[in-house]
Amino acid sequence: MPKKLYVVFAVVLVAAMVLAACAKAPVATEAPAATEAPAATEAPAATEAPAATDQQLEVFSWWTGGGEAAGLEAMIAIWNTQNPDIEFINAAVAGGAGSNAKAVLATRLAAGDPPDSFQGHAGQEMIGTYVAADQLEPLDDLYEANGWYDVFPATLIPLISKDGHPYSVPVNIHRANVLWYNPKVLAEYNVAAPTDFASWLAALETLKAAGMESPLALGEAWTELHMWETVLLASAGPDLYTKLWNGEADWNDPAVLKANEDYNKLMEYVNSDYATLSWQDASKLVADGDAAFNVMGDWADGYFSGTVEGGNLGLTPNTDYAWMPVPGTQGNYDFLSDSFNLPVGAKNRDAAIKWLTLCGSKEGQDAFNPVKGSISARNDSDQSLYGVYLQSAIADWAKDVVVGSLVHGVVANDTWKNQISTDFGAFILDKDAAKFQASIVASCAQYGPCAE
Amino acid sequence: MRNKKEKWLAFLLVSPSILAVAVFVYGFIGWTTRVSLTAWKGMIPDYTFVKLQNYIELFTNNLRFEIDIRNTLIFTVIFVFGTLLLGLASALLLDQGLRGEGIFRSLFIFPMAISYIVTGVVWRWLMNPAQGSRLSGLNLLFHTLHLDFLNSLYTATPEWGMAFIAIPAIWQLSGYTMAMYLAGLRAIPDELREAARVDGATEFEIFRYIVLPLLRPVTLSAMIILGHMSLKTFDLVIAVAGKQLPLDMPSINMWQTTFDAHLYGSGAAISILLLVSTAVLIVPYLFFSLRKEGQH
Repeated sequence: MPKKLYVVFAVVLVAAMVLAACAKAPVATEAPAATEAPAATEAPAATEAPAATDQQLEVFSWWTGGGEAAGLEAMIAIWNTQNPDIEFINAAVAGGAGSNAKAVLATRLAAGDPPDSFQGHAGQEMIGTYVAADQLEPLDDLYEANGWYDVFPATLIPLISKDGHPYSVPVNIHRANVLWYNPKVLAEYNVAAPTDFASWLAALETLKAAGMESPLALGEAWTELHMWETVLLASAGPDLYTKLWNGEADWNDPAVLKANEDYNKLMEYVNSDYATLSWQDASKLVADGDAAFNVMGDWADGYFSGTVEGGNLGLTPNTDYAWMPVPGTQGNYDFLSDSFNLPVGAKNRDAAIKWLTLCGSKEGQDAFNPVKGSISARNDSDQSLYGVYLQSAIADWAKDVVVGSLVHGVVANDTWKNQISTDFGAFILDKDAAKFQASIVASCAQYGPCAE
Repeated sequence: MRNKKEKWLAFLLVSPSILAVAVFVYGFIGWTTRVSLTAWKGMIPDYTFVKLQNYIELFTNNLRFEIDIRNTLIFTVIFVFGTLLLGLASALLLDQGLRGEGIFRSLFIFPMAISYIVTGVVWRWLMNPAQGSRLSGLNLLFHTLHLDFLNSLYTATPEWGMAFIAIPAIWQLSGYTMAMYLAGLRAIPDELREAARVDGATEFEIFRYIVLPLLRPVTLSAMIILGHMSLKTFDLVIAVAGKQLPLDMPSINMWQTTFDAHLYGSGAAISILLLVSTAVLIVPYLFFSLRKEGQH
């Protein structure tokens, strides 16, 4: 009898596990083919108003929490009023800052079952991975029809294009080259906000000499590389910076060596525990007055000014914290962007085109971005919807030279970026500026756009 | 008749798991081996045969993989020996027949019920390397107790940061080792100890020449179990240290190479090396213990 009971128990347990496993699956098996006529609607020009044949739209992302999910919900709300007949399927996969989602996505694309549109960092992260595998359609017609060539900055378009064809629609714009500082600390030590790289170093030295242990706050590996890319931009200037990444300039350029040496100088002022801190921890050092400066993307603004109940710091902009472009990069906008695209073989292609139209529209962007804490890619957004920091970012976006971020996927493909991160890790350990430069020369030839 | 039916039923019941293991374990090992011999890079599978190229690249002038091997060795040695020593020591203490033994036994085993991620996050806080005015965690405790010489940079220590990640692992698994040793100690017949005492052996001699040799099979099993766990460590390191080069492990390298850098061939080669290193440890052990069972 007990043996039988055990068998029953085991069977029930196994059945429960199987059911649990199946319950996770529907994300992949959602879109039933029966409701659509996919092959027939294959190639309508993006410009013409598509016939309402699709009844569903499946949008894939890793926006499952915080301002990102709220922003996506705001866009879904607009979608539902505009397209009440087309069901919006939000296929968001949680976990690992998108790495789980990317693994699921890779499986679906390999199986020929793409979502109708999926999220990805605009630029080489999307181009080097998916366009290189012929998995995305170019969006020239859509850009033409919606006049996006006119409302997006001219310096942005080449960064999200391959061979002159744009492949994704940016829904938001973040800025990477922001120096956050604590004005109270600067006032206390009688230090002026820096104006260029040299005066920044001088300010750090003054603070350190006055007894501050670590005037520059720094966090874990990716934030270190993030700071390096802004130092490179300061040293090289926007022109050379962009040419280095697209293979038109030689990485042996002295400006690269200077950037590495400048970076070593900065590392003399950072907190000793940087390798173990998240970017929030590093920002908090500035907020608490333990450090004066921190280089971080402009999502830090949401952390500084957001409500305490929401897990943020609840500070007042320009009083408790302030910002400027990383010294030496004034006039440059080191951007990154989440964008949506059109996979080859999307089952609901017409609906996907409508979705992308919404993503690029003023209405869609102004719904998403104030909630997410980023700015619209368009130059005609409604400034009154945005907070204090974001308004200053909008002003800069309209006039600055746009360059792309390395860490956040704009200028280097994933393989190259991963190699640079590894070599950069070695640079952090041995501080050998020339060796790190040589390793980028080598990795650019192996994985990047540089000819051997 | 009934016997035959039962055999048939038994086979029926195991066959799904045999099938599943055949496909999902051995099938995929075969598949991964194949991928590791190809030039696959990027989203589109590319099965161009490149012989052992991916393996050769890992072992020639590859700083990251050198760090991986070094870190794995440091971690394994400290973790395995630390856990064995602590487990043996606590088992010997518990074996003295003190009151409330059950409570202590449970207390020591409890850490095993916690996931590595949780352990990792807690120890990340405890082992906060911040200095000066921002002391926290263990360093703050040491400072308050006037034990400042114990102040440490922990995982941020140059070269030896990995050694400190073994500490949470030891904390988590020494209770388990203790349970193994305790079972081993209980299995030693009292007659042996008594006979030794009659022969005039000291307690230490009894421990050295009777208890310890009889515990050898337990030590071997524990070493194998702990050793293969340490080779595969991933979550604990991620939770304590994140992804950073000085504290890299082969498993983290494999994940990033495969899924972040899309170098599938190279990533598969790392997984196969991981598998082989584990197999070197496990297979002889399984072989001998199965043979022993057969003899019985």
